[in-house]
Amino acid sequence: MGIGSAKPSQLSLGNIMVVINYFASIRENLGVAQEQLTLAAAMTVRELIAVLVNQHGALWQRHLQDSKTLVAVNQEVATLSTIVSDGDEVAFFPPVTGG
Amino acid sequence: MSITIGIQTADFSVQQECDALRALSKDIGAIVSFCGLVRELHDGATINGLFLEHYPGMTEKSLQSMAEQACSRWPLQGVTIIHRVGQLLPAEQIVLVVVASAHRAAAFAACDFLMDYLKTKAPFWKKCAQGEQQFWVEAKDSDLAASQRW
Repeated sequence: MGIGSAKPSQLSLGNIMVVINYFASIRENLGVAQEQLTLAAAMTVRELIAVLVNQHGALWQRHLQDSKTLVAVNQEVATLSTIVSDGDEVAFFPPVTGG
Repeated sequence: MSITIGIQTADFSVQQECDALRALSKDIGAIVSFCGLVRELHDGATINGLFLEHYPGMTEKSLQSMAEQACSRWPLQGVTIIHRVGQLLPAEQIVLVVVASAHRAAAFAACDFLMDYLKTKAPFWKKCAQGEQQFWVEAKDSDLAASQRW
């Protein structure tokens, strides 16, 4: 196993592991493409955002609590009340502009 | 009914994709294609090019789901959606939607629906390069309004 297998730092005590992806302008503004997070229990997206804001501060609050920001759980469009459980993949991104 | 989804950096041939759908069945009487191009003008200013970002996995699923919705709403025999990602220059082809049906009304409607949905629901993001500057394109209210017609 190489250096790539090293685990990122995690909150202790939790047993729910989730991966958070950030895309486009949100990724650039936060300076992070992906992070792993260990949570104490399954929770809603709204609660997950509170955990992230608590951990990272005002920059996260500005981008994740922006009413235009979209969220996906396991690659499906989600809402603030969608439940995030162990092994889930969560993504935050701005309104889409393809086509 | 055949659905083909492609997310790629490479260019595509509109003719080849139309021919591939035409070969599916002799009952196809109408093929409608829409090909979107990179415009040189963005809000009145000249751009050098675009960078297209997507969400690998979710983007493919989202286009597949839109194609399936189109097939459930109209009697279609084939749908092809190709979207390019990465660096693109003005006048390059960026997106292709091809729809095959027995008659033109369904093919026109499904193609229009797919483009409206793609523009407002598929996870792609455009970044413009303008001289030394780069900026992310803002979503348009007019695209959102168009998608709500369906």
